[in-house]
Amino acid sequence: MKQLLILSGKGGTGKTTIASAFIKFSDPEAYADCDVDAPNLHLVTRQGPVSNKKNYYGLERAEIDASKCISCDICRQNCRFDAIFSKETYKVNPFACEGCGVCEAICPANAITSKPAVDGELLLYKKEKSIFSTAQLKMGSGTSGLLVTEVKKQMKEAKSDAEFAIIDGSPGIGCPVIASLSGVDMVLIVAEPSLSGISDMKRIIITAEKFGIKTAVCINKFDINIKNTEKIKAFCKKEKISYMGEIPFDHDAVNAVNKGMTIADIDCAAGKAAKKVYEETEKLLFE
Amino acid sequence: MIMGKNNMKIAVLSGKGGTGKTLVSVNLAAVAKKAIYIDCDVEEPNGHLFFKPDDKKEKEVYVLIPEVNNNLCNGCRKCVDFCRFNALAYIKNKLFVFEEICHSCGGCIMLCPQNALTEREKPIGKIIEGVSEEVYLYTGMLDPGEASGVPIIKELLEKNKSVSDRDIFIDCPPGSACVVMESIKDADYCILVAEPTVFGVHNLNMVYELVTLFKKPFGVILNKCMDERDPAEEFCIENKIKILGKIKFDKTLGKLNSEAQIAVRTNEKYKVIFTSLLETVKKEVRNETASDS
Repeated sequence: MKQLLILSGKGGTGKTTIASAFIKFSDPEAYADCDVDAPNLHLVTRQGPVSNKKNYYGLERAEIDASKCISCDICRQNCRFDAIFSKETYKVNPFACEGCGVCEAICPANAITSKPAVDGELLLYKKEKSIFSTAQLKMGSGTSGLLVTEVKKQMKEAKSDAEFAIIDGSPGIGCPVIASLSGVDMVLIVAEPSLSGISDMKRIIITAEKFGIKTAVCINKFDINIKNTEKIKAFCKKEKISYMGEIPFDHDAVNAVNKGMTIADIDCAAGKAAKKVYEETEKLLFE
Repeated sequence: MIMGKNNMKIAVLSGKGGTGKTLVSVNLAAVAKKAIYIDCDVEEPNGHLFFKPDDKKEKEVYVLIPEVNNNLCNGCRKCVDFCRFNALAYIKNKLFVFEEICHSCGGCIMLCPQNALTEREKPIGKIIEGVSEEVYLYTGMLDPGEASGVPIIKELLEKNKSVSDRDIFIDCPPGSACVVMESIKDADYCILVAEPTVFGVHNLNMVYELVTLFKKPFGVILNKCMDERDPAEEFCIENKIKILGKIKFDKTLGKLNSEAQIAVRTNEKYKVIFTSLLETVKKEVRNETASDS
């Protein structure tokens, strides 16, 4: 299975807009949304019915049995995550607890146990020829990386014979991004011609390189600042990063998204340009 | 205001990336003048590109990672069995630490019967302090390849905890996971920045639930508003959410922003817009804290 991952570093550069257009162009047998923190791909791809829906259990959480607790305070003193507090009785803040088990191990009264906790939901959609794997992380959860790994695992298991898969990633460079990078064949970075966008693009390129993954760049909304677009192109040339092309700012793109469509579903400048970027990307991925 | 302090702590968040968190927090801090701007988007911090601060001071941020003395380790594997994150493995008579997945809980050190494990500091990023005109700037920056910026965010906010004479603007990361929760923890008020797309609304709904869950008073700024119907505005009206203001989609503002220029420092029109926004926010914070007491 050849896996193409779409990332950007900066948020809002157009990852999902481009991923959804690519899905329309190539009709892959498998695709996934790894932006588990703020998933949006399902809003514009017309997937089949939900074939599987299950709770995602991330890290366990400590629970204190008030009837056994002797209020010795040892657990609170040894918790590195400041997750234990005393308010009449000793309690665990489930948002801060990382389930490390230290409190459970040192409690002299055996009053603490770790219990599984629901950290989100995994969804699998099925159509005749394709599957779509996605998830929604529960708010405030610290296990987005693990859930991303689950989304990819679910995708592979549901369609192990797929030749091609498209994965929409999350912004940033931290754990969900790192988890999404593992095992993919190529990363396409959607850059934006702003100084913020350029700075963020460089940081995601360094991150992807650390994991030794083939990286290519395209520019979205390139005409918002031509000078910065030229800077990105020059950077790619200098660093020998494959450049896949550019897509103009297009008011119609917003309208398409708001109607639950991709830019490939309507006749617009952004859609046409995205097609060219897709063809270049496909060439590089399968070369 | 809240007892013992006369400043306000405002967190700016959005769920979706690229809706204008940095635009809003940078410009509000700039019109507030004697303010503090904290960039908690440690994975991709951009506020410093706008403020271009002088007198920069850098400080590394560390986490604690176990280190093994293989002469003392007798291979009992207690640490390996204990570690919930599988950050330790005993292979071929040798203990290995996988520091990328270690959560620094300290459990292995505590449990080792041989005292073969100690802790060392591992750098994961830095905090950069600087000044731009009258604004104090604190930027958190995670090193590429590191998984979690939470320790940097904690240190950024801890540093400014006792400040009482300057308003604080916290630029949050996108999403609604642990890093966002950490960033809004001490905020007196949250500003949610939304854009007029169905993506924007879907993610606005998530942060709306987050601030509601944490009982934070909040309001919405609608950014990139156009003439067409605005699904984000409809969402606010439906859910009776306070709209603090609207910023129109405007090519000049987009251009200034793409060049990392602070709009309120270069253009009188934007100065007027953000000054009035700041007044609205201040009034809201006063109302919220008054109704609390």
